[in-house]
Amino acid sequence: MKPVIRIHSRTAVLADENIDTDRIIPARFLTTTTREGLGKHCFNDWRYLPDGSDNPAFPLNKPEAKDCAILVAGRNFGCGSSREHAPWALLDYGIRAVVSSEIADIFRNNALKNGLVAIVIGADEHRWLLDNAGVDLSIDVRAQTITLPGGNAFRFELEPFARHCLLEGVDQMGFLLQHAAAITAFEQQREAA
Amino acid sequence: MSARTLFEKLWDAHLVVPETADTPAILYVDLHLVHEVTSPQAFDELRARGLRLRRADRTLATLDHSTPTLPAGADGERLYATPQARAQVSKLETNCREFGVELHGWDSADRGIVHVIGPELGATQPGMTIVCGDSHTSTHGAFGALAFGIGTTEVGHVMATQCLLQRKPKTLAVHVDGRLPQGVGAKDLILHVIGTIGVNGGTGHVIEYRGSAIEALSMEARMTVCNMSIEAGARAGLIAPDETTFAWLKGRPRTPQGEAWERAVAHWRTLKTDDGARYDREIHVDASQVRPTVTFGTHPGSAIALDAPVPAARDAVEQRALDYMQTRAGQPMAGTKVDMVFVGSCTNARLPDLREAADILRGRRVARHVRMLVVPGSEAVRRQAEAEGLHEVFLAAGAEWRLPGCSMCIAMNGDLAAPGQLVVSTSNRNFEGRQGQGARTVLASPATAAASAVAGHIADPREYLSMRVQEEQAA
Repeated sequence: MKPVIRIHSRTAVLADENIDTDRIIPARFLTTTTREGLGKHCFNDWRYLPDGSDNPAFPLNKPEAKDCAILVAGRNFGCGSSREHAPWALLDYGIRAVVSSEIADIFRNNALKNGLVAIVIGADEHRWLLDNAGVDLSIDVRAQTITLPGGNAFRFELEPFARHCLLEGVDQMGFLLQHAAAITAFEQQREAA
Repeated sequence: MSARTLFEKLWDAHLVVPETADTPAILYVDLHLVHEVTSPQAFDELRARGLRLRRADRTLATLDHSTPTLPAGADGERLYATPQARAQVSKLETNCREFGVELHGWDSADRGIVHVIGPELGATQPGMTIVCGDSHTSTHGAFGALAFGIGTTEVGHVMATQCLLQRKPKTLAVHVDGRLPQGVGAKDLILHVIGTIGVNGGTGHVIEYRGSAIEALSMEARMTVCNMSIEAGARAGLIAPDETTFAWLKGRPRTPQGEAWERAVAHWRTLKTDDGARYDREIHVDASQVRPTVTFGTHPGSAIALDAPVPAARDAVEQRALDYMQTRAGQPMAGTKVDMVFVGSCTNARLPDLREAADILRGRRVARHVRMLVVPGSEAVRRQAEAEGLHEVFLAAGAEWRLPGCSMCIAMNGDLAAPGQLVVSTSNRNFEGRQGQGARTVLASPATAAASAVAGHIADPREYLSMRVQEEQAA
């Protein structure tokens, strides 16, 4: 994983609560056997009209939302299925950070393991960001701050290990493999019991 | 040692390395379940790193999501929805051969939905940690196992190390006391619970279901309850193992035998929350107040009794959900015209679920305008159902009797509804487009699904059950 230290972008807003992973990437696109190329189907059934053209009502299709790397989403983003295809699709689409007042557990885990910065913020800041689509934000992973256009900043919580992995580009499987001796000892101890 | 919850006992017993402020715990996984959709990238990761699978003996695979539920043609060809679906299945077959994983594929008499076959084989046991790249892994918590869904990166971690990096979740006790009324079952109960705590009410928590109403449930009903824990946002659901659990597991292919069985049961009896142990949160539910429950919106938290009025939308998003579902605030869901009925999924495709649907369909017909699919959860369920003649009941009623698989629950194998169609479904998710682009899903119990199929509109199963009693008395 490449290190993720700072993200600077205008925001795109999807204000709906409970945006589930089926909406992010519908199940019929899950027959892929690779991680790549899911961006074109990200939010597929919301983003395109039945004839395949862009749905003008989908907020991310608006000209001002093009190339936004920060998605501000309604409460409980990423609920439902554990499909890691959801963060893969968002990253391939160009999203680098998702900000909400609540993010579903499995999605948040999956996102952070792929370098998609999933950030939970307070209800007041969240409300403001939902109401002000298109503002320029700076996310500083090291300082755990989001800086608003006027220079005001607020802090967010980030699980320390996830933060460390983002900043250093830590390979988590490599980290686990370093504990092989402890794992073997655990197995032997249990099998002896 | 101080009083601990069931969750804490399971957590502590699997700690390879405890968590610190800087690092999550390293948690050992006893059983890794694998299916074709969330595993190919993980196998590729092992290959790219030149790693083998650490514990093939703790790994069990099946084919369920992308598989057709119609039988193969005369030429032996299976009717895959797309060439990609076929390729995905064949990739799992190749991967399992290469890495030495036991696969319950097309030629296995035990193939089925991963969360149905794990327990059937006795691979799922109390006290275990069980993971799968599938959010409904919470199902296995019914046996007092800590079981939860993971993403594909983590599937790779478990393949390579048999471990996961995990922060300790919080605990939520859902106490359910009283008796479920006649005609009301586990599905109604869990929809009622999710409707009460909300689609995000369990986020960050492991739920332990307890109380007299839970103890009274069969294992299949307990699986239905734990299965939908994720629909309240919880990582896992748990029920302490008891005599019902042990009786259900005894003699299954992978459970211990003889003296080892006695030792296992003695250990399993200790797997319960100690008196005085504290949960982070607790809620109480009165089972006697639960009625046949269905969903009205586009997430599982929008659940109400089918005869209760749909609540008014509180904001634009809720209104959009009602518009999508074409439901009207103030009207009950009962009476809504139905196009399709699906009985199946890891929530409700076990033998008692099929019996529940068959009891209502016996001697009746599915309404002319309704298409009904009954998809057993596994080959074992299919065999047992056919031995009892349940398939004949379904076929005589005009329903389709299919091969096991996830089918219309996730609608990625070609079994799906057309845009705008309303499906009464015994599955677990009513998200927009879940059962087909533009399709509308109403989650319900097998009994409600069957009653609705007969009536042609959402119907109360209790009316059909009482009609049956009257018919029997008249005869």
